[in-house]
Amino acid sequence: MWFTSDPTFWMPAQASNHAALVDNIYYFLYWASVISFVACMFAGALFVLKYRAKNINDKALSQVDHSTTLELTWTLPVFAVAAVAFYFGVMGFVSMKTPPDDAYEVNVTAYKWAWAFNYANGHTDGNLHIPAGVPVKLTMSSDDVLHSFYVPAFRVKQDVVPGRYTQAWFEVTEPGEYQIFCTEYCGTKHSEMLAKVIVHTEDDFKKWLDSVGNILDRLPPEEAGKMLMTQRGCLACHSIDGAKGVGPTFKGSWGTTRKLADGSDQVMDENYVRQSIMEPQSQIVAGFPPVMPTFKGKLEDREITAIIAFIKSIK
Amino acid sequence: MTADAAHIVSSRDDTYLNHTKGLLSWVVTLDHKRIGLMYLLSTALALCLGGVFALLVRTELWGPEENLMSHDVYNQMFTLHGAVMVFLFIIPSIPAAIGNFILPIMLGVKDVAFPRLNLASFYIYVVGAIFLVTSMYLSAIDTGWTFYTPYSSSAQVGSQSAVMSSAMGVFILGFSSIFTGINFIATINTMRPKGMGWFNMPLFLWAVYATSIIQVLATPVLAITLLLLTVERAFGLGIFDPALGGDPVLFQHFFWFYSHPAVYIMVLPAMGVISEVIGTFSRKRIFGYKFIAMSSLAIAFIGFLVWGHHMFTSGQSKLASMVFSGLTYLVAVPSAIKVFNWLTTLYKGSIRLNAPMLYALSFIWLFAIGGLTGMFLGTLAVDVHLHDTYFVVAHFHYVMVGGTVMALFAGLYYWWPKFFGRMYNETIAKVACLLVFIGFNVTFFPQFVMGSQGMPRRYYTYLEQYQPFHQISTVGAYILGFGILMAFAGLILAALKGPKAPDNPWGANTLEWHTSSPPPFDNYASQPEATDPYDYHALVFDEKIGGWVKVEDAPATGGEA
Ligand code: HEC
Ligand SMILES: [Cu+2]
Ligand SMILES: [Cu+2]
Repeated sequence: MWFTSDPTFWMPAQASNHAALVDNIYYFLYWASVISFVACMFAGALFVLKYRAKNINDKALSQVDHSTTLELTWTLPVFAVAAVAFYFGVMGFVSMKTPPDDAYEVNVTAYKWAWAFNYANGHTDGNLHIPAGVPVKLTMSSDDVLHSFYVPAFRVKQDVVPGRYTQAWFEVTEPGEYQIFCTEYCGTKHSEMLAKVIVHTEDDFKKWLDSVGNILDRLPPEEAGKMLMTQRGCLACHSIDGAKGVGPTFKGSWGTTRKLADGSDQVMDENYVRQSIMEPQSQIVAGFPPVMPTFKGKLEDREITAIIAFIKSIK
Repeated sequence: MTADAAHIVSSRDDTYLNHTKGLLSWVVTLDHKRIGLMYLLSTALALCLGGVFALLVRTELWGPEENLMSHDVYNQMFTLHGAVMVFLFIIPSIPAAIGNFILPIMLGVKDVAFPRLNLASFYIYVVGAIFLVTSMYLSAIDTGWTFYTPYSSSAQVGSQSAVMSSAMGVFILGFSSIFTGINFIATINTMRPKGMGWFNMPLFLWAVYATSIIQVLATPVLAITLLLLTVERAFGLGIFDPALGGDPVLFQHFFWFYSHPAVYIMVLPAMGVISEVIGTFSRKRIFGYKFIAMSSLAIAFIGFLVWGHHMFTSGQSKLASMVFSGLTYLVAVPSAIKVFNWLTTLYKGSIRLNAPMLYALSFIWLFAIGGLTGMFLGTLAVDVHLHDTYFVVAHFHYVMVGGTVMALFAGLYYWWPKFFGRMYNETIAKVACLLVFIGFNVTFFPQFVMGSQGMPRRYYTYLEQYQPFHQISTVGAYILGFGILMAFAGLILAALKGPKAPDNPWGANTLEWHTSSPPPFDNYASQPEATDPYDYHALVFDEKIGGWVKVEDAPATGGEA
C-alpha cells in the first residue's frame, strides 16, 4: 500500500517525480493517524465501559487531575510525528518549487474557462503535450481571475494569478494521458475548465511539435479554424451544434441578424466577428453576459480569417 | 414561546421566563438569559437555512449532470451555504447563545457588565444577518464565502460591486461579535465572585474568554479590508485588482488574517462546553485543567500567526510557507493534547451516559479526525496535493460542524434543564445523537477519499469516477439533516412539555447549578461565593427531588453508597 506507484484506495497512480515523495509523507501521517485514533478511541470506549457508574452516587475511583510525567510523555510522540512530517513536508515542497535549469519550458495562460499552452514554436494548444523523461517547467499567468493548475497524478498544484507569473515543474516517466483540473474557483464553468496532459515519448513529442506547427499553411482554412477554436477554448462557451452555452451557438449563425444589448441590430459578417473577438465588450449580444475574454494580441489576422472561414461553414 | 413559558412552574415562582410578560418584554429585554435565548433562536434558524442550502448542493451533486439547478445557481447555493453557516451560525452560536445565558450565572452575577451593549449586539446581529442574506441574494453573488479577488471584485450588480455589500453585511455582523467579546471580557475581568481566582474559573469561561479576545482583535481587520475595497472602487487605487496594478493575492492575506482566527472563534467555545460536560458526567476533576485553560489562550494568540497555511499554493514565498507550516503545528499540538486530556478524565471516573455525554463523546471522535487530517494539510508537500480538494472540505466540516454542532447539542441538552426548568426525553435525544453521528460520518468521510483522489471543491459537475463517493455523501447529508431536526425537536418538546427539572440534575458544581431551574430574574439574591467547580463529591443525589444537593444539605437517609 505504501511503496507502490499504482493507484491505491486513497491515492491516484503516481505519475511524476513528486508523487512518491508526497505519498510517502501522506502514508506516514495516515498510519500515524490511524494508530493514534484507534488507540484513543479504544481507550475511550474501554474507560466508558469499565468505569460506567453502577449507582448514581458512585464516586470516581480517582481524583488525580494532573500528572506532569504523563502530560510530557504524550506530548513527545505528538511532537515527534509533527517534526518528522514538517521536515519532510518542507523538503518535498522545496524540491517542488525548484525547477532544474535544463527543464523544457512551456508557457501557460489560464482564462475563463480554458487553458492555453504556448510552445516556443508559436503553437498554442488546449492540452499540455510534453515529452516523457524530461523535466518540464510551466510558467503560468492568468488573463482574468485566479485559477489553479492541478494534476492529481503528478501531485502538482499551483495557483495561476493575473498580473504575475507562477511556476510549476515535474518530470513524467511513462507516456500516457493525465487529467488537469482547475482548482481555484473561477465562476460559472470552473468545473469544466479541464484539460489533459498528453505525455509522449521524446521522439513522438518532436514529431507532434512539428505536426502542429504551421497549421495555417498545411490545412484548409475551415479545418485550421476548427482546430484553433478547439485549442483556444472558444468551444467551451460556444457550441457548433446549436446547444445552448455561455455564449451564442455558431450553428447556422452566419449572415443572420442579432439584437445587441444596446438595442441595435448587427449582421453576423466578417467585421462583426472580428470585432467580437478583439473587443467583445464593445457589442454584447442581448441575453448573454459580458464574459467573453478579449483575444486581442493572441490571435493573428490569418488565424481570425481561418476562424471566420470555419464559422461560415457551420450550417 | 412567552405564552407557554409563563406556565412553567419552578422551585421559585418568579423566574426570568415569567418575570415580565408579552412580546415587548422580550424585544426590549436587557436580561442576558432572554438575549441568550433570542440568539439561540436566530442561530438555530440560520443553521436550518444553511442546512437547506447544503442539502440542495448535495442533491445537485447526486450525479455529474444537471439535476436541480444550473451552474450559476449551484455556485450561488454553495456561496450562501458557506456564508450563512460561518457568519450567521457557527461564529455566534455557542458564545452568543449559550455563553450569554450561562456566563453571568456561572459567575454568580445578575447580568453581564454592559446589558445594553448586549442587547445592541443582538440587534446588530439581526440587522447584519438580514443585510448579508438579502444582499447576497439580490446580487446573486457566486464567489464562495471566501470572496477572493479579482473574481469577486469583477462580479457586479448595477454599478455596485456585489462583494462590497456582502462584505458590509459581514462587517456589521463583526460589530456584533466585537460587542459581545468586549462585554464578556469586562464581565469576566471585573465581576468574578469572591473565591474565584483565574485558576478557579470553570473551563467554559476560559474558552469564552479566549474567544472574546480573538473577536475583539481579529474583527477590525475585516473592517480594514472593506475599507480598502471601497477605496479601490471609489478612487480607482490599485490594491487588489491587477487591472489597476493591485495584487489579488493580498486580499487572501487580509481575508485569512481574519478568517483563520475566526476558526478558533468557532471551535474554542465548543472545547469549553466539552470540558464541562466530560467532567460532570465522569464525576471527576477534568484532567490537566491548567493545560486546557492556558492552551485556549495560546491557541488564541498563535492562531493569529498561521493564516498563510491557506495559501501554500498561492505563490507566496517558500520561506513564508515554511514558517506558516511550522506555526500551524504549534497550534495543532495543543489541540491534539486536549483530546488526551478529555480521554484521561474518563479514566477511573464514574461515568453516566446521558445525552449530553453522548454528544460530547461524539465530539471527541469527530474532532480527533478533524484534527488528525489537519496535520496532512499543515504539511507542505502533502497540502500541495490536497489543497482545494474535497479533502479540505471534509477536514473543516469535521472540525467546524463535527466540533461545533456536536458541542452545541451537548451544551444545549446539558443546560436545557437550567434554561427552561424542564427535562428532555433521553430516548429522543440519544437517537438524534446517533443519527447525527452516523449521518455526519457517512457524509464527510467519503470526501476524504475522493479529495485524496483529486476531486476539486466547488465543482458543479465531475468525472464519473467520483460519483459513488458523491452519492454516499448525499445520502449521509439527508441522515444528518434528519438527525439535526430530531435533536431540535427533542429540545422544543422538552421546553414545552418536559417534566419539571431539578435545580441540579447532573451533579455539576459550577455556580449555575446552585440557583433554581429556570433561574429567577436576577439569578441570585446576592452574589454567592465561588465553589470549586470540579469538586463533584461535594454533592449527593437526592432521590426525592431527583437532583443533586450539597452533601451538608442532604437528608440523613439519602446517602452515599
Ligand atoms: C468565457 C466564454 C467565452 C469564450 C471562451 C469565448 N466566447 Fe465568444 N462570446 C461569449 C459570450 C457570452 C458572447 C455573447 C456576449 C457578447 O457578445 O460578448 C460571445 C459572443 C461571441 C461572438 C458574437 C456571436 C453572435 O452570435 O453574435 C463571436 C463571433 C464570438 N463570441 C467568438 C468567439 C471566439 C472566436 C472565441 C475563441 C477565440 C470565443 N468567442 C471565446 C463567450 C465566450
Ligand atoms: Cu477554476
Ligand atoms: Cu486557517
